[in-house]
Amino acid sequence: MASLIARFPAHGFLPVRHGDVILSEEIPEAITALMPYRGQSRALSAAMKAAHGVAFPGPNRSTQKLPAQAVWTGMDQAFLIGVPADATLSTHAALVDQGDAWAVLTLDGAGVEDVLARLTPLDLRMSVFKHSHAARSLLGHMNAVFIRDGTRRFTIMVFRSMAKTACRELEEAMRGVAARQAR
Amino acid sequence: MRITCPLCGSRDSREFSIKGHEIALSRPAPDAGTAAWHAYLHLRENPAGMTAELWYHGAGCGAWLRVVRNTVTHEVLKIELVRDVTGAAHAD
Repeated sequence: MASLIARFPAHGFLPVRHGDVILSEEIPEAITALMPYRGQSRALSAAMKAAHGVAFPGPNRSTQKLPAQAVWTGMDQAFLIGVPADATLSTHAALVDQGDAWAVLTLDGAGVEDVLARLTPLDLRMSVFKHSHAARSLLGHMNAVFIRDGTRRFTIMVFRSMAKTACRELEEAMRGVAARQAR
Repeated sequence: MRITCPLCGSRDSREFSIKGHEIALSRPAPDAGTAAWHAYLHLRENPAGMTAELWYHGAGCGAWLRVVRNTVTHEVLKIELVRDVTGAAHAD
């Protein structure tokens, strides 16, 4: 049997830096989609708090108690990121392992909103999109998850198959913003 | 054009795709007869003014929305989740 080499989604493309902004990749230990059964939202949230210390997040929000993070990713759906989902959660929700399905990128630096403004229709200004806010939207033509981790830091998740395109498009935007800052 | 998704908030129209008139919410019974099925499948109004449509928030929360809007002024008057209109089951 051939010996297979594990590669991360953005293996070989990252990290990159243009101007003050750095794009890098994170490899979470696990990503699990949690989809509560009918009428089970509250019970699931309680089970999540007991097992991982994070509540089921409301729309456009994320909750965190390291190493666990729960991110709202759609109607009746959240991702549990960073820790394998506890078996007790499966009483209240359908759990789907998505650990290999996503590329998790972080964009860090002054002017990070300007970079993302070139690619997404979201309003990511600090006054609107605050710390721990999360949203589903578009990065270019790619469906993506956006999470604000800090005043100048975002996590962006795209489908793994689109990792290369996402890196290229983000880098292009970073170059443009850096060129303007240098003038 | 911007659409205020009940879950996601005000979003750009590129995140949505339109299905068309809300007639898909009132599907005839299987034995309703050819006239009812013909109307359901093929006959559409082409209103200059108010109409109710289905929009899919595919690049956002994945919800189907019922959007009441005016085709003449482009004014959006009402947006609600289809599951709230039909009383479909959900997690909350």
